[in-house]
Amino acid sequence: MDRFSWTTGLLELGETLVVQQRGVRLSDGEEKVKFDSGVLLLSTHRLIWRDQKNHECCIAVPLSQIVFIEEQSSGIGKSAKIVVHLHPASSNKEPGPFQSSKYSYIKLSFKEHGQIEFYRRLSEEMTQRRWESIPTGQAMQVNKNTQAGRIRAVGIVGIERKLEEKRKETDKNISEAFEDLSKLMEKAKEMVELSKSIANKIKEKQGDITEDETIRFKSYLLSMGIANPVTRETYGSGTQYHMQLAKQLAGILQTPLEERGGIMSLTEVYCLVNRARGLELLSPEDLVNACKMLESLKLPIRLRIFDSGVMVIELQSHNEEEMVASALETVSEKGSLTADEFAKLVGMSVLLAKERLLLAEKMGHLCRDDSVEGLRFYPNLFLTQS
Amino acid sequence: QAKYKERGTVLAEDQLAQMSKQLDMFKTNLEEFASKHKQEIRKSPEFRVQFQDMCATIGVDPLASGKGFWSEMLGVGDFYYELGVQIIEVCLALKHRNGGLITLEELHQQVLKGRGKFAQDVSQDDLLRAIKKLKVLGNGFGIIPVGGTYLIQSVPAELNMDHTVVLQLAEKKGFVTVSEIKSSLKWETERAKQVLEHLLKEGMAWLDEQAPEEPQYWLPALFTELYSQEITPEEAKEAIP
Repeated sequence: MDRFSWTTGLLELGETLVVQQRGVRLSDGEEKVKFDSGVLLLSTHRLIWRDQKNHECCIAVPLSQIVFIEEQSSGIGKSAKIVVHLHPASSNKEPGPFQSSKYSYIKLSFKEHGQIEFYRRLSEEMTQRRWESIPTGQAMQVNKNTQAGRIRAVGIVGIERKLEEKRKETDKNISEAFEDLSKLMEKAKEMVELSKSIANKIKEKQGDITEDETIRFKSYLLSMGIANPVTRETYGSGTQYHMQLAKQLAGILQTPLEERGGIMSLTEVYCLVNRARGLELLSPEDLVNACKMLESLKLPIRLRIFDSGVMVIELQSHNEEEMVASALETVSEKGSLTADEFAKLVGMSVLLAKERLLLAEKMGHLCRDDSVEGLRFYPNLFLTQS
Repeated sequence: QAKYKERGTVLAEDQLAQMSKQLDMFKTNLEEFASKHKQEIRKSPEFRVQFQDMCATIGVDPLASGKGFWSEMLGVGDFYYELGVQIIEVCLALKHRNGGLITLEELHQQVLKGRGKFAQDVSQDDLLRAIKKLKVLGNGFGIIPVGGTYLIQSVPAELNMDHTVVLQLAEKKGFVTVSEIKSSLKWETERAKQVLEHLLKEGMAWLDEQAPEEPQYWLPALFTELYSQEITPEEAKEAIP
């Protein structure tokens, strides 16, 4: 344990976090030490341990100090362990919790599991030895201009210089942003690979995965924005989140629906709900996935999809087929109507007006006259007068 | 048999646990990224394009859900979903003028106007991505490539390949005639007329019978003179049902 140094625990420039695990106890060889319960972090350069109760207590050892590692499986009353054999401490090592030790190895006890993954990652880092190729520097100083000092630049030359500095700064920001973005994407890619692997296992097992696990998996996919490769009939792509959302929508839309004759198109709903929220808006897919669950959750509103593909939300009490009967009356009174005219008369959106007239036609109550002047609907006299 | 089944569940559980942990790690990484570069996403259309392309390459859709990490931590979601609302409003307001077809340029101009002077810059790429997401609402949102740009459809009218190719033909001058269709596309008169009549019925084309040689079919979506015409108060009312 004398190879460790005190540290702030902040990652340095160029150092990247690889994996972390809670509930790890450190031992000096075979002897217990006071580092009983902490978070163990593996970075590209170091092994860092931070006390879970006292975050100020944080120690680290460079990966370059590691000779080799072994696994020790768990037993009755004993957690699984990783044994880390270390080189002797270097003379210029930063001060740490121990001046000396009679052991040349330490043990990491994984009280909350996670040793398999950690061992795998640590082995990888030992093989890749990334600390050799990526230099690290001190975490950013607040004042960057220590060396150059602040040159009081006056006049046009000064202004030009300031603009140049600003431009370089912006460029640096953008290129730094792109670099960081690339690194982030690499990690995201790993997540995608893992999810594919799990999805394949699910497909192979065909039902050996519990409902609970399915729900968890779907919510992980939702968080990452990965398309669900395994569709389940019960809730489709829906997750717990969408279930909650469905219930919320039933509450929010009750009054607006009543005000609009019991029916609204999904685009209207999207605009209404998001305008009301202002922040943390719903994605179109969120809305559709939530609406698909309305029926099965037995909520007072439902989703309906017309032949044209137009999607609407209706009050359960709304009966479009009944509305068709009154539409027929309206059309008969006027002789004939286009969707536009009908919409204006009744006070509906043209989109929904058209759907109602099309439905009336489908039910045989109306006939169409499709000419260059537009689509016009007439009462179906063939039906009524035969 | 039972033993295999058990083992199967253990494997899945283990991997799920692993995914859960990696997800936490990823969230931390994303938070770090957001704390440094969230501004970049909001301010720079170029950065957004890069970001979206990278996500697409690795198979991730940052706009799938408002509950996704990307949306929550980078704020990409709100940006595009709000844009979606603005696009719907503009399309609704102008539908009676153009039958539900509008060029990407005009849509861009109108949306920018609606957002006001102090809003964030929005690019045409941003609009296209927002529109692609809106398709799922079933309102007939579609993107039709014409000339060097796109026509945005916002009504559930059926536009097949024939209609699309005639629209592309009309893009050059803003109108098209039966003869032009016959000579460029080598169609018969009947086929050309059917397509044009469909566009007329949908309100996407207007007929000028008094044109010198033969009737001309104009597409209001392509009238450059109508660009930057203000949306009237009546039209604005139409946009908010």
